[in-house]
Amino acid sequence: MAINILTLIYLLASVTFIIGLKMLSNPAHARRGNLIAAAGMTIAILGTIFLYKDDEGNSLHNYGWIFGGILVGAIIGTLAAKKVKMTAMPEMVSLFNGMGGACAALISIVEFNHVNNSINYFNGSLGNGFVLPNFSYSFLLIICLGLIIGSVSFAGSIIAWGKLNGKIKDFSFKGQHIFNLLILVIILIITSLLFISFPDNIVILFYSVLVLALLYGVLFVLPIGGADMPVVISLLNSFTGVAAACGGFLYDNKVMLTGGILVGAAGTLLTILMCKAMNRSLKNVLIGSFGGTAVAAQGASKTGGAYKEITVSDAAMTMSYSRKVIIVPGYGLAVAQAQHVCHELEKMLEEKGVEVKYAIHPVAGRMPGHMNVLLAEADVSYEKLEEMEQANDEFKTTDVVLILGANDVVNPAAKTDPASPIFGMPILEVEDAKLVIVNKRSMKPGYAGIENELFFKPKTSMLFGDAKSVLQQLVGELKNL
Amino acid sequence: MLLWIHQHQEYIYIVILMIFLGIEIIGRVPSVLHTPLMSGANAIHGVVIIGAIIVMGKAESDNYLALILGFLAVILGTINVVGGFVVTDRMLEMFKKKK
Repeated sequence: MAINILTLIYLLASVTFIIGLKMLSNPAHARRGNLIAAAGMTIAILGTIFLYKDDEGNSLHNYGWIFGGILVGAIIGTLAAKKVKMTAMPEMVSLFNGMGGACAALISIVEFNHVNNSINYFNGSLGNGFVLPNFSYSFLLIICLGLIIGSVSFAGSIIAWGKLNGKIKDFSFKGQHIFNLLILVIILIITSLLFISFPDNIVILFYSVLVLALLYGVLFVLPIGGADMPVVISLLNSFTGVAAACGGFLYDNKVMLTGGILVGAAGTLLTILMCKAMNRSLKNVLIGSFGGTAVAAQGASKTGGAYKEITVSDAAMTMSYSRKVIIVPGYGLAVAQAQHVCHELEKMLEEKGVEVKYAIHPVAGRMPGHMNVLLAEADVSYEKLEEMEQANDEFKTTDVVLILGANDVVNPAAKTDPASPIFGMPILEVEDAKLVIVNKRSMKPGYAGIENELFFKPKTSMLFGDAKSVLQQLVGELKNL
Repeated sequence: MLLWIHQHQEYIYIVILMIFLGIEIIGRVPSVLHTPLMSGANAIHGVVIIGAIIVMGKAESDNYLALILGFLAVILGTINVVGGFVVTDRMLEMFKKKK
């Protein structure tokens, strides 16, 4: 009876995941969708703990350990998620994703030990099929798959997390892609050996696969530039989905299977959509190291030269006498946590009869939607946010564009310089406006590590300083005008 | 091979249908929602925790290796689930429409 109720619970949970994901892709219902999926997850977890029976009809035991683990995990997870700054969201997602990958890999390790221990009892009595009380080749294959995918996802996510918060630098060497491919081939060869030589030496082969898969995860993400990290995280996210689905095969568990495959498929599509938003192909992201490489260095040599500075009071004056000002927010705004004071500036200007809008590049900041989230947090009204296409039409009739710590998304090299690593990415065409004011902390290049000609154009004036303090000064000046 | 397909046809159907469903569901998502969607999907693959619970619950009480690894897996899986849903909720909170 209990097991039938559990089947029903799993069915419900699967449906909540599907509905939840569906609602998450629509701004109006997204939050409810997330809650629905969370509710489904909760009943699936509780149902598993209390109602699960294995093939012999034994219930689970070790309840102390299970609840202990859940308690510890829930506390850590909640605190981490609550404490994290909005600017560090992508790192956090990457870290959580790594946890899921590690979880899948650990399950594979434990199950492998089960298989290994049982060899002594049923020497060579191999059955065939997924769900046998003893094991089969398919079962072992799924264990290996879960191990490989989970480990790659875990190691890769940790590297992505380190890169985004600046702990890990880009690192690539000549022939790295070939080297990575080689490791992947070796992993496949060793896995095949495991089956060929079964049951001799399987322990050593299995753990070699683990080590190599971890290494592959590290090397896979290391050369990829920071600006492409959201895409990579999304890709690793779908990997973890597939690793979770492997667990579904192992335990004949439909909810793990459906949830895992669903995320695997949706995650892969999302990865492709993100690439599209940046006008890059997935292949380029994975193979063309983005930023900090020789290619970028060549692009940089062309520019350099003189740039103009503008004082805060001049900038305030110019903006207050404009008809239309468009603000381009970027990572600099996010880092300085300047979204509230930015909203204040917008209100001050509006009082003076200036029309103020925000131009949001799809990948401004460190992830798609990053700026929308930040500005929404500061109560900026939704109608003032313009997507790239609309904004590009509006710049022609704009008096002042104020760029707050955005760099690569307004770099004209994306349109003009085929040698540039960001060539082909659609940009905000701020040069169409009458005047461009750029706020940056220094002349250092942005995330893609390339120079920006825009700063040296005659129309452009630089306004150096931390975004928050500069905006505060601007607001102060406007009050005095 | 044919026999294998016959034996596991149920799984094969599920996998194929889920792949199409996953693609269909998020086919037209605005770029603003890419990140919350990624985060939400990240929370959903936390179902892997169910596997961790089963591992933990099946381990013999004297098999310390399995207990410790299983315990770790439960902790990590829970972080993935709980953290994932909470972070997604926090992100989406920002999108609330003003009354």
